[in-house]
Amino acid sequence: MLFNIFAGLTVLSALLVVANPFSRNPVTSALFLVTTMISISGLFVLLGAYFLAAVQILVYAGAVMVLFLFVIMLLDLREAARRKLNLVSLAMGIMAVGALFLVYKSSLESTYGEATQHHEAAADTSQVEAAPAKVVGSTRALGQALFSADNGFILPFEIVSVLLLVAMVGVILLSRKEPR
Amino acid sequence: MEPTLSQYLLVSGALFSIGLLGVIARRNLLIIYMSLELMLNAANVALVAMSRFNGNLDGQVMVFFIITVAAAEVSVGLALIVALYRKRQTTDVADLATMKL
Repeated sequence: MLFNIFAGLTVLSALLVVANPFSRNPVTSALFLVTTMISISGLFVLLGAYFLAAVQILVYAGAVMVLFLFVIMLLDLREAARRKLNLVSLAMGIMAVGALFLVYKSSLESTYGEATQHHEAAADTSQVEAAPAKVVGSTRALGQALFSADNGFILPFEIVSVLLLVAMVGVILLSRKEPR
Repeated sequence: MEPTLSQYLLVSGALFSIGLLGVIARRNLLIIYMSLELMLNAANVALVAMSRFNGNLDGQVMVFFIITVAAAEVSVGLALIVALYRKRQTTDVADLATMKL
């Protein structure tokens, strides 16, 4: 039940980000993106990833969206004059994406569908489907998985910290006014 | 009823398709960027669902890294968009088709 609400809200507001029939203002898209992020964090809670749900709200719905809104307002975009869309290329794009989604859906059905499960009761897929004991992604568990000495992710963690530093320096460099 | 893995993966696929459609069909650079974020989040949903149904936390650790890298990517990308807008006064990709500034 909760899953249906969050999944429907996620897909609906994602659609409204991309194709809003009422408004072409980027601010509207950004606000619907906030709704999408919050419903995704609801999905994370349903999946037991509590820490990631909190991080999703803090980083995406908080920091990233504020950055987006700042840039939108900084650029002072006027309501762009409606350009003539190239209908042929638009239809081709929709067809290609729809075909991709259908291929994905049918491959999901053939992997996890009812029929396959009955045939390969002992196969890996049905074991996966049977939802083993819930792993809870609490802060403690995730921190232990991240920093455990033998099979942790300490080196990637340090690399990511360097990446963030490089990104920060790059942003300062890029957004500086050029000296003339 | 507990939702199954394939339901979560279906949501993730739908989210990814919507994001891809936005990248293909929209002409505003900022909206294209938001659609990229949607696609990244679709991958996150799939990874967390897999981690839950396989009983393994490594998927969630990977999502943690994806979120960090995405934040860095957004900051650099938006700085690039601002720099580009200063030069060209537009965010429409049709007007940004040349390599010459």
